[in-house]
Amino acid sequence: MTADEEGEVTPVTPIQFSGKAAASGGAAQASGRVFKARHAMGSKVRGEALVAKDGFSARYDLDRITGIFSRPAHKLAGQSYVARVLVLDTAKGGVASAWMLHEMQSRNMAPLAIVFNTVNPILAQGAALGNITMLAGFDEDVTDAVAHGCLVEIDPAEKTLRVL
Amino acid sequence: MRLNDEEKAMLAGELGEAPRLALSHQQMVGDFFGAGDFVPVTQAHVMADTESLGEAGVRWLESLAALKDGSRRVRIPTITDPRGTDFLKAGQLKQAEWVTSLESRAIAAFVKMGLLMTDTCINYQTVQAATRGEHVAFGDTGVVIYSNSVCGARSNFEGGPSALSAGLTGRTPRYGFHLDEHRQATLRVRTTWTPARLDDWGALGGVIGRLAGNYWAVPVIEGLERPPSSDELKHFGAAMASFGSVALFHLVGFTPEASRLSDVGGDALAVTQIGQPDVQALRESYALDTQVDVVVFSGPQLSLYELRALAELCDGRRFTIPLLAVTSPQVKPDCDRFGYTARIEEAGGTVFSGMCFYQSYAREIAEANGWKRLATNSAKMVNILGGYGYVPMLASMEQCVDAARTGRLG
Repeated sequence: MTADEEGEVTPVTPIQFSGKAAASGGAAQASGRVFKARHAMGSKVRGEALVAKDGFSARYDLDRITGIFSRPAHKLAGQSYVARVLVLDTAKGGVASAWMLHEMQSRNMAPLAIVFNTVNPILAQGAALGNITMLAGFDEDVTDAVAHGCLVEIDPAEKTLRVL
Repeated sequence: MRLNDEEKAMLAGELGEAPRLALSHQQMVGDFFGAGDFVPVTQAHVMADTESLGEAGVRWLESLAALKDGSRRVRIPTITDPRGTDFLKAGQLKQAEWVTSLESRAIAAFVKMGLLMTDTCINYQTVQAATRGEHVAFGDTGVVIYSNSVCGARSNFEGGPSALSAGLTGRTPRYGFHLDEHRQATLRVRTTWTPARLDDWGALGGVIGRLAGNYWAVPVIEGLERPPSSDELKHFGAAMASFGSVALFHLVGFTPEASRLSDVGGDALAVTQIGQPDVQALRESYALDTQVDVVVFSGPQLSLYELRALAELCDGRRFTIPLLAVTSPQVKPDCDRFGYTARIEEAGGTVFSGMCFYQSYAREIAEANGWKRLATNSAKMVNILGGYGYVPMLASMEQCVDAARTGRLG
């Protein structure tokens, strides 16, 4: 689910040629810690955070059919990423993720948003094509600061992650 | 981002729908990274196997290829990364008809857009290497890290949609490794050991990739006792990119931007020392079994010299499990012509062309063929294939060929 420009919750929009860059966000809706990012893209969303100090590659780490982290060594191995806000350390691996986020989104099997301490171009390019909200670049380690399983709001217009 | 008159016209649709869509996508990525403007590029390399694309991605390509306003053709030489199959041997891999059908649709779309179907991840060895300072838009992390580091070219990792966009617009957002400031070293590594084998070069790259840890890290490496060969640097760079998302490294005294340590700012960095025990530890972390179901040489595609070495190891052998060797369509004819294909296949192996093992529906072909325990000399592959349900094991080319005969490693 995504929050539209008026802050109402609406279904995820269909795949387009490209996602919208940083839709304007609504007013802040909850108290709690706020983390400011340097890079942002996509629409405002709310969801459960899946947090790990580990990397992310759609090709290396995921079973994209069942929607779980499948690489045995990954700290989220066995957990579903579908419709979750992934809060991870860094983008990893190959260029395939640029297509794969789009493909996952087409089957409604994508994360709701991806938040990185450090992003690489592939994941940003994939988020742009797949219309997936993304934040990256913080002054502290967000994988330490955000609790696994908590509810968060991502506002690309404000470049913020807010713990609800 | 600042746009020139041509870019404003593109964005307004005056040059057609394809460049408008492409530039819009590029602008979004450029804005995300704070790019000031676009930089013209001379070549693009598009990674677009259909396992990554899926039905949705192929439809996206087909919608671009179907544009009737004359704008669908690329403006600069635009080449392709490996496909998801070797059409002549799809049956041997037990790939389903829907796989080859999806591949055929993607290829038809690319051809309409004017791409050159080179189907290679070693274009720097087989098509045309980029030169120092040349701005390019390359996909495949192995291609980017080699081109940036060994050739001194300038590219970010360009995923398929962005590389294709660069082909359609002839430019890319100027951020990351197009800029001088991102090409300075951020991590100084001293190795006490110079590998001799390709799998060890790959493992050393993997160790450094793990140390570096992210895309913006630029390792500078000192301590190597000799200049590595192109194949050694291919495995070294591909693994570093795979394990660490690294896009640029410098080798002091060997790569073009680091004649001296100080050229890339390495003299101001603390030293991290690594050696053979680190490589051995990485190797042992994958030594989880001794039985082997399949031996694969791929990721990156093999050069003519690698195939020559493999053919020599295959002479007089008779394999009991499948051995797959994957190369590019540019190398395969010479592999045939020089008799290497025949020698490998007489032993029971198979030489594939124009595909890449892990980009060829690795999970599906594992299930169809009963493959789980896989031996390879590619550190990049062992890093990738765990996610596809394999137990991948890293060994030398010679050990892998022995495993194809005995079904065991070690």
